[in-house]
Amino acid sequence: MIAIILAIVLGLVMISMAIAALTAYRVRAAVLASGIVSLIASIIYLLLAAPDVAMTEAAIGSGLTTIIFFYVLNKIRRSDV
Amino acid sequence: MEIRMLIGSIVTLIGAIFIFLGALGIVRMPDLYNRLQTGTKASTLGTILSIAGIGIINPEWAGKAFIIISFVMMTNPVSSHTLARGAHHIGIPLSDKTVIDKLQEAETEENKEDQI
Amino acid sequence: MVEIILYIAGGLILLGMLTALWRFVKGPSSADRIMAFDAMTVTSIALIALIAFFNNRIIYLDVALVYGLLSFTGVIVIARFLEKGL
Repeated sequence: MIAIILAIVLGLVMISMAIAALTAYRVRAAVLASGIVSLIASIIYLLLAAPDVAMTEAAIGSGLTTIIFFYVLNKIRRSDV
Repeated sequence: MEIRMLIGSIVTLIGAIFIFLGALGIVRMPDLYNRLQTGTKASTLGTILSIAGIGIINPEWAGKAFIIISFVMMTNPVSSHTLARGAHHIGIPLSDKTVIDKLQEAETEENKEDQI
Repeated sequence: MVEIILYIAGGLILLGMLTALWRFVKGPSSADRIMAFDAMTVTSIALIALIAFFNNRIIYLDVALVYGLLSFTGVIVIARFLEKGL
């Protein structure tokens, strides 16, 4: 029961962050919002009893993707990023 | 047995209270540097106490809990310090109630020495 | 008794995560958003430890270990990005 409440709250946060990533004006804010989507997705994978998938999501989705996006933004350096 | 589990759960509850107060400070504080102060120090202490409480409840997990505590204790203040330094470098304004800004003075002194 | 205290602790941790999210939505500058992201990551480590206790599986703590290592690298890279020059 407590896991269901936790999953519903985290899922609502995840959906709202995905919408924020789509509609954000600054690219940095969009990248950070997609990082939060990955962070919460890995907690939900953990609630679904899949620790290996959660570990992969934590390493790649929340860590590596954010770092690579910021590396590319550093190369571009436009005014609106 | 029962006393040990009770102590562990109370330590976890204290850690959760610290985490909540730190998150409240993130919303309430006036400028970025104060927010970094509460958001990193209080959150780090809360996380350390929570994981230590879990380690007290299950003594078989104490080794792994100790490894996580040492990682959090080493890495999180360093990242906060780097972020504060970067934010000061790009000129994010301080609060109106700020009394002293030592980093600004040190940077201007370095520039003077370079010119001489 | 122990489980009730831990449920209250989990609720407080979840509330703290949502409060940090409010700063992420509101935050005036990018550094505020990065700080909220870092605080949410550190908070989720405690949440993962509580989930590991309720499910009684030690393997869940490995995910917390991965988070403890990776949030550091991400924040360092983003701070270097803000300071111009990676």
